[in-house]
Order: sequence, then C-alpha cells, then structure tokens
Amino acid sequence: MNVFRFILQNHRQVLELTLEHLRLVGFSTLFAMLIGIPLGIVIAHRPRFNRPVLASANIIQTIPSLALFGFLLPVPWLGERADRLAILALTLYALLPIIRNTYTGIRGVDPAVVEAGRGMGLTESQLLWKVEMPLAVSVILSGVRVAVVISVGLATIAAAIGAGGLGEFIFRGLAMVDDRVILAGAIPAALLALAADFGVGWLERRLQPR
Amino acid sequence: MNPVAASPVIEFCDVCYRVADTQVLSGFDLQIEQGETLVLLGRSGSGKTTSLKLVNRLLSPTSGEIRVKGVSNAEGDVIRLRRSIGYVIQDVGLFPHFTVERNIGLVPKIEGWPEDRVRARVQELLRTVGLAPEMAPRYPHQLSGGQRQRVGVARALAADPEILLMDEPFGALDPLTRDGLQREFLALQQRLHKTVAFVTHDLREALRLGTRIALMEAGRLITVLTPQEFLRSADPLASAYVRAFGEGLESAANRGAS
Repeated sequence: MNVFRFILQNHRQVLELTLEHLRLVGFSTLFAMLIGIPLGIVIAHRPRFNRPVLASANIIQTIPSLALFGFLLPVPWLGERADRLAILALTLYALLPIIRNTYTGIRGVDPAVVEAGRGMGLTESQLLWKVEMPLAVSVILSGVRVAVVISVGLATIAAAIGAGGLGEFIFRGLAMVDDRVILAGAIPAALLALAADFGVGWLERRLQPR
Repeated sequence: MNPVAASPVIEFCDVCYRVADTQVLSGFDLQIEQGETLVLLGRSGSGKTTSLKLVNRLLSPTSGEIRVKGVSNAEGDVIRLRRSIGYVIQDVGLFPHFTVERNIGLVPKIEGWPEDRVRARVQELLRTVGLAPEMAPRYPHQLSGGQRQRVGVARALAADPEILLMDEPFGALDPLTRDGLQREFLALQQRLHKTVAFVTHDLREALRLGTRIALMEAGRLITVLTPQEFLRSADPLASAYVRAFGEGLESAANRGAS
C-alpha cells in the first residue's frame, strides 16, 4: 500500500516526529503523576478537599483542547516555546484520571486493614508507604494508563500550535488533502497509544498485590 | 486478687466519649488488673469497641483519662504506646499484600530487630498459635478464617506486649473453629499471663474466657462480675443475658475457671 511506502520513504521524519510525540507525552505524564498522585493522596485523607480538587480537574477536562492550547499562547515564559505550552496543556488533561484513580485506589483499601495497621503502631507515613500505596498501586496505574492513552491522542493537536509530534503529518495531510500523509501521522500515533496501553497494563499486573 | 497488687494495668477514670450529639460512653470507670482477662460484654452500640480504641488512642476521650501502667495514655508518644499493646480485631485486618511471615514480623522489623531474630520470632509465634511453619510464605487469602485469626493473634503478640486488646476476635468464625480457638486462647493465656481486654457480645464466650466480665449497656458500665457471680446475679440485665443464652452456661463458666 502506498501509505506504507510513504512512511518508509520518510522514515527518518516519521521517527523524529514519533520521538517528539513521545517526549510531549512522556513529560506531561510524568508531571501529571508528580502533581496528581500526591493530590489524590491528600484528598483521600482529607475528604474536605475532595470536591473542589476533583471539580477543578473535571472543569479542565471540559475545555476543548484546541481552545486550551490557544488560551495558553499569550502566557509569558510558556508561550515562547510551543512544546512547553503543549506539555503544560497535556499535563492538565492527564490530571483528572490520575487524581481520581489515586483517590479511589486509596479509599478502596479495606478500612479494617488500615485500622489494624494504625492500632499496631504504624506511623502515618508507614501506613501510606507500606499499606495504602502498595494496595492502591494497580488502581493508580490504571489511571495513568488512561491518561497516557488520552495524551497520545491529544498530543497530535499540539502540532496546531507548532509543538511538533505526529500531528504535523496529520495537519499537513489535511492541508494537502493527502490521506497518505494523514495516515503517516495517525497510524504511528495509534500504535503508540496501543503500546503505551499495553506497557502500563503490564506494569499494572506486575505490581498487583497478591 | 493479689493483696499486694500494684496499680491496675489499664484504668478508665470517669471517661466520656461523644461523637457529634451521640454519647457513646459516659462516666466510665474500670480497672483491668495485671494478668487477667477482662471481658467487655454488651450488645452492639453499647460502647465496647469504643472503650478498647480509647486504650490505644485510636480514639481520644471527650473527658476523663485512661491510664496505662499508671500513666495517662494521653502523655507520651502514641506510636510507642500502640507498639506496646497488641491489637486483634474481628476482621483481622491482615495485610493482604504481605505473606504470613511479613504480617507477623512487621512490628519487630520496624522496631529494628535484626533479620534473623525476626525470622526466629515468627517461627516461634507460629508454633505458639498452632500453625505449621510451612504457613510462613503464604498470603492471607490462601488461609482459612481460623488460620487468619491465628495469624492475627500471632501478629499482636509479635513484639511481646504486656497488654492485648481483642475486639470480637472469634466472632466471624464457625462454631467448631471458634471452640478450638477459645480453648487455645485459655491454654495460651495460662502460659503468657497477658493483661487482656476482650470484647464480645457472646455470653458463653465471656463466661468461658473471662476472669471478670464487665457488662455494658448504652455507653454505661452496668456491673463487673466474675463468671460465677454473673450466673447468679440479680442484676436485671445480667439475668436477661443468662435467660437469653439458656442452658449449659454453668459448664462454660466452670471450664473457663478451671
């Protein structure tokens, strides 16, 4: 098929854009985890904050992605480099599934287990690291998995603001009305999403308690 | 009682505990002496579990104080306090992601015992509670209810605490397993002489295991009696219990006393 011939002929660029794409997804997921997991832990222990935090993450999720990229464009330091901006936007979108699953995972730990641990004299941080986190890890990772898959798709739109990634091919193909070029971006993106889904899913099963 | 008995190991002094508008415990006074098994008997909601949790400070009293070995438990480090008290609950609360060995050895390990001493202690405790050493690498979900409960007891004994708090530890077990564990508890207690506070709503269990029975109702302590006294008590609530449980109580009480 000529799509594959096109990809082969342009394999250097496909590879380059795939790596760019991975970089956007990788950094944004990492940041979302660094922010989302601690936040999820906090709201699981302090139910007072649970509504405002989850509501904010929900609202972010409802902003159309193209609009969010646009809104962030005039922000000083961020607007200077399109990839910074894309990473920030993708981080914001990845927050909700990660916060929500961390919250759900920790709340889902059997209260009898936590109570027994506390009664035995575990400190709050020992309870968190030895009991709650190991028991919640697979739920948390399934949130990360959702976040990664969403990010791989959303990151294609980042090309609209010049952040690179596989979206470049898609937008270029749309402009040229050339399906081969669109697919040269879409197929690797889809494969990337599948691979990420599989990879995090594998990790999830490996770390599953019991 | 020993005439030269030192101060009680656990002492409730005019303790009240209130959550929102509910008075869970009021004017609660009770002494638990060295080496005895004091059973807190009462129906659900009578405040039995609350009084246990006040001892290891999972809850703090609204007023009054609880003394453990003569010292108010509100003073000092709560983590130290809890590690010096064994705690067994009905749902066992074993860590599902830990093997039996890690469950039992957790407190010694975080107390910094060397690895081989922890392992030796776990083996010793498995024998103490009547479990085969082959159980050590298993996970809680691979055990029967009775075995899990034994692991729960072993875990509570791990750091060799003087005091054991047991909250309906045998409540969820079938009658045969429960009977076996009660018998072993008595044998164990004869060797170890821990100071035990034991919560149950089962009069038969209370008569069998308790050296004294503290009868509770609606957050108040009604009376404290030995099993023999309990059976002959004129107290309306105590006699209502005796009637409700019917025949064969005498033998349960005698077995416990022997």
